[in-house]
Amino acid sequence: MNRTKINAPVDVLIIGAGASGAAVAWSLADTRMRILCLEQGDWQQTSRYPSTGRDWEARQFEDYAISPNRRAMPADYPVNDDDSPIKVANFNGVGGGTILYAGHFPRMHPSDFRVRTLDGVADDWPIDYRTLEPFYALNDRMTGVAALEGDPAYPRKAAVMPPLPLGRTGEVLGQAMNGLGWHWWPSDTAINSRDHEGRAACINLGHCGHGCAQGAKASTDITYWQEAMRARVEVRTRCRVSRIETSEDRMATGAWYFDADGEEVFQPAEIVIMACNGIGTPRILLNSASERFPDGLANSSGQVGRNLMFHPYALVRGRFDQPMDGYRGSRVFMWSMQFYETDPANDFVRGYCYQFTRGAGPVATAINGMADGLLPWGEGHHAAFRSLFDHQAGMVSICEDLPEAINRVTLDPQLRDANGIPAPKITYRLSENTQRMLDHSVARGTEILKAAGARDIVTRAPLSYAGWHLMGTARMGTDPKTSVVNEWGRSHDVKNLFIVDGSVFVTSGGVNPTSTIQAIALYVADQIKARIHDLFD
Amino acid sequence: MTSSIEATTTGPCGLSAGEIECLRCVAGHMIPASAVHGVPGADDDVILADMIRSPGRDGAALAALLRRIDAAAGGRLAALDAAVQVSLLSAMRAEEPAALAVLEAVVCRAYYRDDRVLASIGMEARPPFPLGYKLPTTDWSLLDPVRQRGPLWRPAD
Ligand SMILES: Cc1cc2nc3c(=O)[nH]c(=O)nc-3n(C[C@H](O)[C@H](O)[C@H](O)COP(=O)(O)OP(=O)(O)OC[C@H]3O[C@@H](n4cnc5c(N)ncnc54)[C@H](O)[C@@H]3O)c2cc1C
Ligand code: SF4
Repeated sequence: MNRTKINAPVDVLIIGAGASGAAVAWSLADTRMRILCLEQGDWQQTSRYPSTGRDWEARQFEDYAISPNRRAMPADYPVNDDDSPIKVANFNGVGGGTILYAGHFPRMHPSDFRVRTLDGVADDWPIDYRTLEPFYALNDRMTGVAALEGDPAYPRKAAVMPPLPLGRTGEVLGQAMNGLGWHWWPSDTAINSRDHEGRAACINLGHCGHGCAQGAKASTDITYWQEAMRARVEVRTRCRVSRIETSEDRMATGAWYFDADGEEVFQPAEIVIMACNGIGTPRILLNSASERFPDGLANSSGQVGRNLMFHPYALVRGRFDQPMDGYRGSRVFMWSMQFYETDPANDFVRGYCYQFTRGAGPVATAINGMADGLLPWGEGHHAAFRSLFDHQAGMVSICEDLPEAINRVTLDPQLRDANGIPAPKITYRLSENTQRMLDHSVARGTEILKAAGARDIVTRAPLSYAGWHLMGTARMGTDPKTSVVNEWGRSHDVKNLFIVDGSVFVTSGGVNPTSTIQAIALYVADQIKARIHDLFD
Repeated sequence: MTSSIEATTTGPCGLSAGEIECLRCVAGHMIPASAVHGVPGADDDVILADMIRSPGRDGAALAALLRRIDAAAGGRLAALDAAVQVSLLSAMRAEEPAALAVLEAVVCRAYYRDDRVLASIGMEARPPFPLGYKLPTTDWSLLDPVRQRGPLWRPAD
C-alpha cells in the first residue's frame, strides 16, 4: 500500500462529527488551536428528509433507515450483530446519531453515578452528577432544550424554553398516571417549542426519528457545528479513519484515513479525540493494534470493546376508543421516572424510565397492526384499520443495562467496509436482571394503559431494532487495570488520546444517553483547557 | 400518487411479469376494495404501479418471496381458485410471518399513500413538511398531583 500522502499537522484531531464530536469541537474552539474533525459521512440536505415527500413513510426505510446494514450508504460501515438479540441503529454523517434521534433528552440521575455504593452492583463512576451539572446546563442551552421546571424526579434544573405540548395522548396518559399515583412529567426534549437561536419551532411533523426538515430538532449539524465552524474548526467529510498511529514514546501521532476517493492519507496531530460512538470508537482502537500495542490501542486493561450496554427496550401499545394524536406531534413528549430507582420489593436492581409514545402514520399503523395480529387480511381489514388508526398510544421502557465483560465489540474476522477496514462484531446477551426489569416494565405499562382505558394491548420485549444507545466499551475509571480512560477522558496508556463518546460510560442509567454524552464531552474539553500546560504529564 | 404503468410487463424494479401477477393477486387478498368505505383494493392499477416502482431496499426479498409463493401454488398463484389462494396464503402467513412481513410492508407503503385511500381515512394528501400539524395546548395543572407528592430522586452523597 502506498502510504505517502501526509497532511499538514493540526493541534487537535477529532474523529467523528456526531453528538460528542460536535460538543468537544465547539468547546475547544476558543483555545484558537488548529482543530480538525474527520467524519466518514457527509452533510445532510434537509430537502431529502422523508417528511418532504408524499412517500414519507416508505422513505423512512430507505436512506434514513435506522439500521446501517439496511441503509448501506457509502457513509456506512457494516455491523455484524447476528450474535445479539438487539440490533445496532446509528447514523453516519455530520450530526451522527442526532440526525435520527428522537430528541428525548433526560439527564442521568445522581444515583446513576453511584451504583456500587448504593446497590452493590457494577462500579461507581469516578465523576458524579455534581461534576456534570454545569455541563448539562451548558449543553441544554447550546442544544435548546424544551422542559418544564420542577420535575420531582430530578434535582432542580433550569428550562431553556417551555415544554412541548402533551397532545391528547399525554392528557389521557397523564390522567391515568394520576389515578395510579405514579410519577410522570413532560419530557426534556432537544426540540424547539419556540424559535431558538435562528432555528424554527416544532410544527409537529412527527418525523424526528428520520431527520427534521423544519430544523426544530437539535441535531448537532445545525447547532454546535455551525458555531464551531464559525470559530474556524474544520470539518472534513467523507474521510474514514482506519487507525491511530503512535510513536516510540507511546503517544498518538495522528490518524490514517481514507478520503472520498479512497486514497489513504495520514493526518498528524498533537492531540487525538475519539468521538465515533460506543461501537465506532472501540472498532478503531482495536484496529490500531501494533507491535507497541498488540491488543489494540489504549487497551492494556483489556476493556476496550467490553461492557457494551444498549438499554434494552420494551414496548407497550394499546388502542383507545377516542381519537388520539396519531402521527401528529413530536415522538417524545412525556416521561415517567416512577420505577427508576432500585426498589427492594422488585426482583431486580436498578430501574427504568418510560418514554410515552403517540400513534403512527397510516403505513406504520397498518404494518404494525398486521404484525400484532390486530389487522386481518381481506374483508375485515378496513374496519379494523379505522379502529386502530389515530387511536393508538403507549410507551417504551428504557431499561438500565448493567456492564458485563462478555457483552462486547470485537473485529469481525471476515466482514469489512468499503475501504477494507474490519467491521465491528457484536456479542451481546440479555442478563437475568435486565429480563426481569423488562418484564416488570411490560406489566406496569399494561396496567397504565388499562387504567387509561386502552384495549388490544400489545407488548414486545426486548425490541430488537432498538440498539441506538451505544455505551460502555472504553470505560472511565481511576484504575488503569480496569478502565480505558481516566476521570477526565484521557487514555491511561496514551497520554494525548481522549475519548468523549458513549464508550466512556461506566454504567448506563435508565435514560437516553445523549444529554450525558454531550455533558461529558464538554467536561472533558473543559479539563483539556484547564490542564493544557501539563496535559500529557 | 397518480402515474400508472402497464402492470403486466417487467417493472422498473426488476420484477418479472409473473412476479407482478402474483403481487397483484396477493395485494388484492391482503387489502380488497371496499364499497362500504369507498376505497380501491391494493390490486388497483395505480396503486400496484406505485408498488412495483418503489419496493426500495426490499426489492430482492420481495421478488424471491413472490417466486416462492408461485412455487407453493404449483406454478402460478393467480391460476388457482380464489378460495384456494386464500387458504394457501394464510397457511404461509401462519408458518413464516417474518417472510410475509416484507410483502405486507411493500403493499401497505403504496396503498396508504394513495389519494383516494387517504381521503377515506381523513388525511390530507400532502407531505407533512412544510405545513406540519396542530396539537391542542396543554393545561399543566394536570401535573398538580405529581407536584404534591414531592421529590422522587434518590440522593447519592
Ligand atoms: C433512531 C435513533 C433514535 C435515537 N433517539 C435518541 C433519543 O431520543 N435520545 C437520546 O438521548 N439518544 C437517542 N439516540 C442516540 C443518539 O443518537 C446517540 O446517543 C448519540 O448520537 C451518540 O453520540 P456519539 O457522539 O457517541 O456518536 P454518534 O452521534 O453516533 O457520532 C459518531 C460519528 O462518528 C463517525 N465515525 C464513526 N467511525 C468513524 C471513522 N472510522 N472515521 C470517521 N468517522 C467515523 C460517524 O459517522 C458518526 O457521525 C437515538 C439514536 C438513533 C439511531
Ligand atoms: S415533530 Fe417537530 S422536531 Fe419532530 S420532525 Fe417535526 S418539526 Fe421536527
